[in-house]
Amino acid sequence: MGNTDLMDPVGAAIGPGLDRAPTGINGLDQITGGGLPQGRVTLVAGSAGAGKTLLGLQFLVAGARDYGEPGVLLTFEESAAKVADNVRSLGFDLDELQRDGLLAVLSFQVEPTEIIAAGEFDFEPLFVILDDAITRVGAKRVVLDTIEVLFGAFGADSIVRAELSRLARWLEERGVTAIVTGERGDGTITRHGIEEYVSDCVIVLDHRVREEISTRRLRVVKYRGSAHGTNEYPFFISARGFVVLPITSITLDYGAPEERISTGIARLDHMLGGGIFRGSTILVSGTAGTGKTSLGAHMANAACERGERVLWVLFEESPAQVLRNMRSIGLDLRPWIDAGLLHIWPARPSTLGLETHLALLVQLLDEVTPTVTVLDGIASFADGVAASEVTSMLSRKMDLLKARGITTMATALGNGDDAGTLSVSSMVDTWLLLRNFESNGERNRLLFVLKSRGTAHSNQVREFVLTDRGAELVDVYVGAAGMLTGSARLAQQVAEREAQSRQAEDLETRRRELRRSIAEHEAHFAAAQDQIAAERAELDRVGLRERHQAADTGADEVAMGKRRWADAVPSDGANR
Amino acid sequence: MTQRHGTDDGGGTGADEAWELCLYVTDRSPKCLQAIANLRRVCEEHLAGHYQIEVVDLLENPRLAADDQILAVPTVVRKLPQPIRMIVGDLSDTDRVLVGLQLRPPRSAA
Repeated sequence: MGNTDLMDPVGAAIGPGLDRAPTGINGLDQITGGGLPQGRVTLVAGSAGAGKTLLGLQFLVAGARDYGEPGVLLTFEESAAKVADNVRSLGFDLDELQRDGLLAVLSFQVEPTEIIAAGEFDFEPLFVILDDAITRVGAKRVVLDTIEVLFGAFGADSIVRAELSRLARWLEERGVTAIVTGERGDGTITRHGIEEYVSDCVIVLDHRVREEISTRRLRVVKYRGSAHGTNEYPFFISARGFVVLPITSITLDYGAPEERISTGIARLDHMLGGGIFRGSTILVSGTAGTGKTSLGAHMANAACERGERVLWVLFEESPAQVLRNMRSIGLDLRPWIDAGLLHIWPARPSTLGLETHLALLVQLLDEVTPTVTVLDGIASFADGVAASEVTSMLSRKMDLLKARGITTMATALGNGDDAGTLSVSSMVDTWLLLRNFESNGERNRLLFVLKSRGTAHSNQVREFVLTDRGAELVDVYVGAAGMLTGSARLAQQVAEREAQSRQAEDLETRRRELRRSIAEHEAHFAAAQDQIAAERAELDRVGLRERHQAADTGADEVAMGKRRWADAVPSDGANR
Repeated sequence: MTQRHGTDDGGGTGADEAWELCLYVTDRSPKCLQAIANLRRVCEEHLAGHYQIEVVDLLENPRLAADDQILAVPTVVRKLPQPIRMIVGDLSDTDRVLVGLQLRPPRSAA
């Protein structure tokens, strides 16, 4: 194991060198290229409460349970029963492992005040009992916790030192992989300097409290014959044991899927050129009440509708509250939870500490294996923590999600110009800004696409409207009166409709008037034609009558002439 | 391997109650053999007649080391009189042995 340099997360090529005994602690095995040096002694040093015992126990439990390597625990700290009690809540059943013959637990209480040294002695009983236990369970792993209590207890440290050195060699000869734990010293790794002769590998655990937030870190100080990550790695003691995060030096070696997935809001998908790329990171920033959570809920809902698993991390609100609020906009997410698709994790980072928070996230990602993650309210990290730490934290988190190919939507409080958001923005692929727009005595939500890598996206502002059927995007009114939103937009639309209908009415009136006018004119025209026709007829009649009269007159003159026997006279002067 | 010594003469050396000592050894290493000899000598000098010594070889029963909480050899455990006292080493330092067994106050206080 550990002979590939391609997948090594710390970027250091691990040579074939030593075989490794996996600790079962995911991050630690990555840092060390597969585990602790097989058949050697590893020193785990740390102050009280740093997690030394737990690391040792997890090493033993993993060996017994998962790697076919039974183990022996020799503890000087607590009684065997107490040790078993302490780790039962982590799911480590030491009693069961003992019953199954996979683990032997030996405990010694050393009370310095009860022991007086009088002459030469050795720790042969320790060897005898370890040998007996190792043989009994066929142990491949041994943990000695904390062997340093032997110093001071016998008032003869030179003997103790010599005996511990002998013990380390003996363990190696026995071929077991061993962990010895030691207290941190002042300026030295351990109080009594046992790192000098006891171990081939030294791991230091550190537990710091700053600004009332505790962070735990792990460092591999020495790993003989092997390259190893020398950075400090955050770790966390979770409900299921030790979690180490080997993420400080993650590379930018992500895949870049072409597949696009829906944000759950059709018009937003359209604005982004057909949805967001799978595995990309979307930042939604906006001031309070701009609908960030709703946007996240849509994203989650859409993923669940596709049958994908979603992890929804709530930093600010309780799940019940968010579920209720989302029902009011028509999103009922409960069925997805019941179906096991949606996992909601309420996490107030300030109560946990950044590293712890990150560690928990890693653990959840391992458990839930989501394809989509919504981080709601990442800005609440800023409470009581230096901005640089928040940034480093967020970038790690995004690296982490991206490295796993998880599509992530993170929402952050802020209007996008604060330092925290800005520093994160370079890590996100798509940045949506939600902004409250105040006008005419009301606030309305606007959505902008600030950036979207690898995507032709709309440069337009949309109004983001929350209806009881979910969120919708609406075109804002852009016209002579400026940009209008909300009821001003509605009023403008009404006014426009009214104006249109008024105009239509006017035209209709005019049309009617013209028709009437035409009709009138046509009527007039018809009447005039009648008149013309009548007058023409009259005219004809007059002409006819005139000819009849003339004929009659002529006939009369002829008749009279005949009667008077008159001479022929020109007829044209007859009637004058 | 158990050896018992003692008589009932009740000689009265100031501490005349019954003493019960247990000496843990591993096999017969030089240190252990020396411890057995040293312990007997001290007991004969100070507790003659009312002590008994049990020698336990941890190689014969390794689990006893855990049960009796013995890390180092040789170790003498004073089981009686109460309270239990533990002395580690080959017992070559007689003064320390006497202090450890509370047969004599520490030299500094004497």
